[in-house]
Amino acid sequence: MSTTSNRWVARHVATLPRSGIRDFFELVAKMKGQDVISLGVGEPDFTTPWHVRKAAITALEEGKTYYTSNLGMPELRKAVSHYVTEHFGVNYRPDDQIIITVGVSEALDLAFRAFCNPGDKVMYHQPCYVSYHPSISLVHAEGVAVPTYAKDGFALTAEALRAAWTPGCKILMLNLPCNPTGGTCDRAQLEAIAAFCREKDLLVFSDEIYSELTFEGTHTSIASLPGMQERTVFLHGFSKAFAMTGWRIGYACGPAELIDAMMKVHQYAMMCASIIAQEGALEALQRGWDNVCEMRDQYHRRRDLVVRRFNEIGLTCHSPRGSFYAFPTTTGIGMSEKDFAVGLLKEERVAVVPGTAFGENGLGHVRACFATSYEQLVVACDRIERFVNGARK
Amino acid sequence: MNPVLKLLLEGGRLTTAQMAQVAGLSVAEVEQHLEQLKKDKIFLGWRPVLDLSRDAAAGAAVRAVIEVKLTPERGGGFNRMAERLCQFDEVESCHLMSGSYDLLVFVNAPTLQKAAAFVSEKLSTFGGVLSTSTHFLLRSYKEGGFRLDDGEGSGDRLNVSP
Repeated sequence: MSTTSNRWVARHVATLPRSGIRDFFELVAKMKGQDVISLGVGEPDFTTPWHVRKAAITALEEGKTYYTSNLGMPELRKAVSHYVTEHFGVNYRPDDQIIITVGVSEALDLAFRAFCNPGDKVMYHQPCYVSYHPSISLVHAEGVAVPTYAKDGFALTAEALRAAWTPGCKILMLNLPCNPTGGTCDRAQLEAIAAFCREKDLLVFSDEIYSELTFEGTHTSIASLPGMQERTVFLHGFSKAFAMTGWRIGYACGPAELIDAMMKVHQYAMMCASIIAQEGALEALQRGWDNVCEMRDQYHRRRDLVVRRFNEIGLTCHSPRGSFYAFPTTTGIGMSEKDFAVGLLKEERVAVVPGTAFGENGLGHVRACFATSYEQLVVACDRIERFVNGARK
Repeated sequence: MNPVLKLLLEGGRLTTAQMAQVAGLSVAEVEQHLEQLKKDKIFLGWRPVLDLSRDAAAGAAVRAVIEVKLTPERGGGFNRMAERLCQFDEVESCHLMSGSYDLLVFVNAPTLQKAAAFVSEKLSTFGGVLSTSTHFLLRSYKEGGFRLDDGEGSGDRLNVSP
């Protein structure tokens, strides 16, 4: 018998791989105080708009320190319903089709736990957010990765989906625009995906956390396409568009039976999201749209700067249509993504994340977040250029 | 809008070369835009934003805001008088206001005595000035868009996150 404490760790947790982000985080942490410019973050550089912070302070002053309904504050659910109708063209009833969660991460965890039986297969496009595959493993389901490619702007195609599909696939996990690639699908591509989902009777989890940060064209939610609302769990939150990552407020919308199933898990695991954060989120929805537009315009121009500079430098980079991530390839300069990220950090003190942290299809790419100031971005691009030129010699 | 003007409005601390990178222009083009803005009298010049309270010598300077009531001049209205007032080196900025007084004048002086002398000897004796009301600045919290305390607590942000 093992004598270490590890013997008590559940097998499916013990076998869960370490996050590639975590390794890199520790490497960067060792360089603290060395003027590192980090393009490795997954959050806005903006502080939450003051009127939103003030709303939370007022809530505390008024003594709002108690539990809310398991589903979340009714006023917030009403505001979410209104917002989703206005911006995504899908109607959800505040009373039984919306649940407020602790970030989209919790909503996603609830969805996996509520809808996956052991052995069920979950399809997801990859490169993707780091938690998808581990979350699937934690509910004893099986992940089926569907590759996306730079040549398609990292859009998911129905052809790739069909090629990857096998009997037993029950759920399709979407994240459009995508972290880390910035790829998204236009309406025609989504219609083809929707048709495939109806054909194979797939339930869709659609994480649309970056939807407000769409720079070209308009964002279409798969839930708004014919016949899709009844088979889609729409996931969204406040972290990215409203610069509220630390508040941890997200929500899920869907058919009442599905939201009820998620609520069952949520009521025992979480009880409710923090009332103070919910009050802030309500203010954000009621009076925060101008802030969202201002921040989106800033990201748009930063994207143009970073993508243009990367391509000039020789790091081929498609222009991400949404999100605040650029996902250039390092293969053109003859380096692996890991050598590039580690070398760039050590020699020029710029942190980017190796693409393989987001799955094996991120091979040969790095993720660079452009949610940082122009001043920093300009200096970071100059340092990257110096590093690339040095590596070529 | 002129792309350089847009960057200037955002109040960033960009050099000309950095503005060129951000706006996707050459340095020469940015300089041309700046020249044009100067010709159009939109861009008047650069000034640093300083927190002088942190420097013992410079921090001794006095700043005051003066509300000035005027009798408008025949033919020149308030403009000619305001332009004359602006000739004083002590006047940092000067604005025509709606409401109960006419001009709001920001004044800088090295000592309290000099600020007082400016008001009593130069300003109040100026032809057309009906009355003045002087307010001395005690402490500044925000200047030119910058907060003067230690800023917001973003120093603990993670360097790498998913």
